Amino acid sequence: MSYKLNGTSVDRRTFLKGTAAAGTAILGSQILGAPAVHAAEGVTLRYLGTAVNQSADIAKKCKEDTGITIEYIPVTTDEVAKRIITQPNSFDLVDSEYFSLPNLIPSGNLLGMDAKKIKYADKLATVITKGEVDGKKIGLQGTAPSKVFYLEGEHSTKFAKSPTEWISLIPTTYNADTLGMRPDLIGRKVEHWKELLNPEFKGRVALINVPSIGIMDAAMAIESAGLFKYGDKGNQTKDEIDFTIKTLIAAKKAGQFRAFWTDFNESVNLMASGEVVLQSMWSPAVTAVRSKGIKCEYPGLAEGYRGWASGFGLPRTTRGKKMDAAYEFVNWFLSGWAGAYLNRQGYYSAVLETAKAHMEPYEWDFWMEGKPAAKDIHAPDGTLIEKAGAVRDGGSYVARMGHVACWNSVMDQNEYMVRKWNEFIAA
Amino acid sequence: MNDTPTKASYWQAAPMAVIFALFFVVPLVVIVVVSFWSYNQYSITPAFILSNYTDIFHGCFAQLPGLCTTFATYLQTLIFCAEVWALTLVIGFAIAYFLVFEVRSQTMQIVLALVCTIPFWTSNVIRMISWIPLLGRNGLVNQMLLSLGIVHKPLEWLLYSHFSVLLAFVHLNTVFMIVPILNSMARIDRSLIEAAHDSGASGWQTLWNVLVPLSKPGIAIGSIFVITIVMGDYITIGIMGGQQIASVGKVIQVQTNFLQFPLAAANAVVLLACVLGLIWALTRLVDIRKEL
Repeated sequence: MSYKLNGTSVDRRTFLKGTAAAGTAILGSQILGAPAVHAAEGVTLRYLGTAVNQSADIAKKCKEDTGITIEYIPVTTDEVAKRIITQPNSFDLVDSEYFSLPNLIPSGNLLGMDAKKIKYADKLATVITKGEVDGKKIGLQGTAPSKVFYLEGEHSTKFAKSPTEWISLIPTTYNADTLGMRPDLIGRKVEHWKELLNPEFKGRVALINVPSIGIMDAAMAIESAGLFKYGDKGNQTKDEIDFTIKTLIAAKKAGQFRAFWTDFNESVNLMASGEVVLQSMWSPAVTAVRSKGIKCEYPGLAEGYRGWASGFGLPRTTRGKKMDAAYEFVNWFLSGWAGAYLNRQGYYSAVLETAKAHMEPYEWDFWMEGKPAAKDIHAPDGTLIEKAGAVRDGGSYVARMGHVACWNSVMDQNEYMVRKWNEFIAA
Repeated sequence: MNDTPTKASYWQAAPMAVIFALFFVVPLVVIVVVSFWSYNQYSITPAFILSNYTDIFHGCFAQLPGLCTTFATYLQTLIFCAEVWALTLVIGFAIAYFLVFEVRSQTMQIVLALVCTIPFWTSNVIRMISWIPLLGRNGLVNQMLLSLGIVHKPLEWLLYSHFSVLLAFVHLNTVFMIVPILNSMARIDRSLIEAAHDSGASGWQTLWNVLVPLSKPGIAIGSIFVITIVMGDYITIGIMGGQQIASVGKVIQVQTNFLQFPLAAANAVVLLACVLGLIWALTRLVDIRKEL
């Protein structure tokens, strides 16, 4: 006989044993949320995050290597932040975007992660830790991860100005975003962000309707068109926000936008159906359009990319065995297999050298060096992504991450920005 | 018949009352309470402030006759409400009439009524999304119009427009009109229609003076369904409007995503007041209790 507990099937014996072992000492959210029945044989970690990194293959491999069971809780980016604030006891480990941190850290619901317990702490990609690629500074406008990487202490609610032992989030994946386009329907090269506002594409443009990200794409386009020069696109003043929204409203009234999207799949549909020829887009969405046999490009633009990054954090309620398991899992995640898996999907992994050891040289050359593919390139699930000879859009890691101009952001005037964004949508 | 409540009748009503209190009254009270709290980006604090409400109507009265975001959004939602209500009422009434008076056998009536619910076998998001390949720029409708030479370039307003939102709303909500009207009509004594006919009433006169008044309770209940659904909707407007059209629900959703719970709660209270106002006006027209 077996019971379904929290999605995991447990046979009756283990259940009774587990409950007995847990005894009456631990009563409370821990036991309700995740049964202590696994205590004897290995730990279950409830892993909260967006579906982006939550692959069943990674969980399976992790179980084989470490004995830790990963239980995914897939939600949207906004929902991750909401859960951290409102229900920090409903998960053991979280994969959150760095840009949410200015809203999350002051709540005290996330712990600093101890760099001493992270085996590869000194090997983490410098683009995240220092805002440098190959020793060169990149654009840090917006909530750049390097600005929110260290905390003053384990329980601190403030970001540290200089490196400390306590890390806010251990990076999982990051990438450089740009505009997605349909070369077959545009018929020429797109080289600047300002094309987003170009009347040539009237009624065939889409923008992401997540204010923190959409406003960055809009600001890139406005600055590129020479309409305005921002102090910091990612931290606009009220006047700057007013200007951005005014420009967007004018474009909307002129019929520039076909639609706005919030969900990954919506962006794929807009592009694949030809409703839209140029839009805010995420790299895996471009891959998804291509896998339907439709041409879709993700070109590097002159003004640079909009960067994003996400990483592992610990809620303040995780302790004991779960805490140890969380660190073990993070160390396993950084040790290469998972990194290689993510790199093959077009993301970038936190520790490049361990991931390299788990990739074939021709794969590394294609994904990271920007060289023509020596053989056909396959996704981790086996679908053909590129034929031999193809080159990755935007080129190498250094060419892409090195040209990040700004990052997804939460502004000081966030509340005002959200109100103005709603005005734009209503206009 | 004994009209005084007995102990037993209280017990019989208790389960529903408890569920109603726990899952409806308590959350509603919490929403009203929170709408007066203050908040910052990561926490909400008990307080009694009115700024959440004043923020919603910020500059709205100064701007008149120009419309501020809130007024424009509500106006937009009310327009949808009126249009959807009128269309679903006419279509729903016609279908109910057909089922009750034109279809002779009862089996056939039941079968056809069930056919009306077939679209509900799948989720409403899927029902909406299936319009997209039909109405899109390269969709079936446009391809057909182009190949017939009716238009020379694809019609853009078929999708992500006021029209497409309206279409989806009517498609999704007509059944909520059909069922209650059907229920009311089925109870109309047919001899009344014969009597009207014998007294020399024309078809339209019978419809207007006999059928419509007797179907009023069904119309009122159907209207309540449709109005409350449309007022609170943001998914249909989002998907079919390409997120270009504002709705009150969407504003609330964005605010909760940014953890501005008190502001979202205040918006929800304002929306609730509007919907209750509409329903109150409706019950002035028809005394539903009496009719049932």
